[in-house]
Amino acid sequence: MGTPASTHAKRSVERLYGPDSVASIEYARDVADPGQFPYTRGIHATGYRGKLWTMRQFAGFGTPEETNERYRRLLEAGGTGLSVAFDLPTLMGRDPDHELALGEVGKCGVNVTSLADMEVLFAGIDLGAITTSMTINGPASMIFAMYLALAEQRGTGWKTLSGTIQNDILKEFIAQKEFIYPPRPSMRLVTDVFAFCTEHVPRWNTISVSGYHIREAGATAAQELAFTLRDGVEYVQYGVNAGLDVDAFAPRISFFFNSHNDFFEEIAKFRAARRIWARVMRDRFKAKSPRSWQLRFHAQTAGVSLTAQQPYNNVVRTALQAMAAVLGGAQSLHTNALDEALALPTEEAATLALRTQQIIAHETGVADLTDPLGGSYFLESLTAQLEKEALAYFEAIDAMGGMVAAVERGYPQREIAESAYRAQQAIEAKEQIIVGVNDFVESGAAGVGTLYIDETAGERQLARLEQLRARRDAAEVRRTLAALQAGASSGANTMPLLLDAARAYATVGEMCDSLREVWGEYVETPIV
Amino acid sequence: MRQKIRVVIAKPGLDGHDRGAKVIARALRDAGMEVIYTGLRQTPEQIVGAALQEDADVIGLSILSGAHMHICPRVMELLREKGLTDVLVVVGGIIPDADVPRLNAVGVRGIFQPGTPMQEIVDFINRHARERAGTL
Repeated sequence: MGTPASTHAKRSVERLYGPDSVASIEYARDVADPGQFPYTRGIHATGYRGKLWTMRQFAGFGTPEETNERYRRLLEAGGTGLSVAFDLPTLMGRDPDHELALGEVGKCGVNVTSLADMEVLFAGIDLGAITTSMTINGPASMIFAMYLALAEQRGTGWKTLSGTIQNDILKEFIAQKEFIYPPRPSMRLVTDVFAFCTEHVPRWNTISVSGYHIREAGATAAQELAFTLRDGVEYVQYGVNAGLDVDAFAPRISFFFNSHNDFFEEIAKFRAARRIWARVMRDRFKAKSPRSWQLRFHAQTAGVSLTAQQPYNNVVRTALQAMAAVLGGAQSLHTNALDEALALPTEEAATLALRTQQIIAHETGVADLTDPLGGSYFLESLTAQLEKEALAYFEAIDAMGGMVAAVERGYPQREIAESAYRAQQAIEAKEQIIVGVNDFVESGAAGVGTLYIDETAGERQLARLEQLRARRDAAEVRRTLAALQAGASSGANTMPLLLDAARAYATVGEMCDSLREVWGEYVETPIV
Repeated sequence: MRQKIRVVIAKPGLDGHDRGAKVIARALRDAGMEVIYTGLRQTPEQIVGAALQEDADVIGLSILSGAHMHICPRVMELLREKGLTDVLVVVGGIIPDADVPRLNAVGVRGIFQPGTPMQEIVDFINRHARERAGTL
């Protein structure tokens, strides 16, 4: 299979664009006013006047106590939604006492082992009053079950809960590699969440189909667009195959994109994403509800663009990337902190990142009108070009039998590895200048103070796990885990079974191990 | 003729961010080295086992998760136990400045932080691999 889209590190553009560049574009058919199909200019007629984007800063480190404190401060500082970063043991469905968890507990995010940790993480925060995003994939339904059990315990009705679980396992196989089970049982966990939430947690976004990690792993903008949306198609297809009505679950599918350095290419990518999704949902899946056609997305500035050298330059990069996301019509946004090429952000750095969004929102005037760059010869032409490149990938992947099949043969993985290598070569050859890294270098430039996470979080979580195991009803844990295994073998929806296990204070490792025994673990064949 | 330098590139721990490991594996291969990439989630025991089995001159560890102060000393200890003291160990990833001297102290020779040119890593390995064994 060839490479349908340009995989060059940098897109080549004309010197000037004019009416000829957009001759094949019809406004009503391809662009349309905001709020009108195919939503190229935005899904809301009122843009940000109706509702500003949610400033959602991803955070988590150490113990649930430490992260709870950071959340309360972010909410006090004017943050409007929470976004939980879990540590690697949690993300991989391993308890803190597992051999591979050595030195990893609380390092890249907060450790959440059981409902007991969830209780501490959200202490003093009203789950009905905030929206919570949880970046968790392999054990998405296990962690979500703990969140639902917590709401239940506090008397907060599930129907009032709003937020998102990432739950996007395909991009784990493609890029981020935090998978547990083989692709097919993993897809079943995802569709079980779709079915469960449609009935019981209707305001919850059941998946955040993510291009962010695909891009960070080295994909070009076109590849990010193509693989993410084709993942979205795969999830809808699996939902439909599971017997769900497309208009019942598709409106709760959300997306998550990277906002990278190439300013116009990024804005065009967001616009193309909306157009492609609207058409695919209406024409391919025959969805009737406009809410199924409308692509909503969260954006995060590009972590991979941050440099350890001259770290203050990262503030400027992040501001420009955030501006692209806003001009592209993001529903919510995370801005990276200046010190993230070095460590998890300090509180000062995290606050400055939030301030960057507030300045864009309240001082620059860009949120006063909708899709201000719509109609630009260059931008419309680039939007159409990205759409074309993405659709070429759709064709290639359809021909392989869909994304699960493409992933199993390593197709997107190989395409991304190739782009990553080319991007690095372009930097080495100075075809791509990175200020402070391969040009404008300063020796002995001032560094910044960074957050240092010591080993005490690991020790405390280990002690807490030991106490939990002594305190809880062991027979109830065994009973609920046995029921989970039986359900997984029989084809029952796993969500109610996971909820019972969560209520009994079964740990994430125990729940995941129970299913590992049924489904086995996925081992990747490395592609270099 | 001088035999090719043999490098085991490994991703220890739970982290799956393998962009750097894969890019460097390719760069070292393009620079004429024999590269064995272990794939994800290797324990220190598995990594040292791979180095022994592959008769590696160099082990390159890619760690972005903050677990380097656990993983690196363990790898060095196992290398000593197996008598593989002439294997050059280098680390790349998100390593805070404060940890650089500590890693050097346990015997990690090269520490490459974000933004390091690939050529610098190639040159370092060419210069220091087989230094102690002296097998040219």
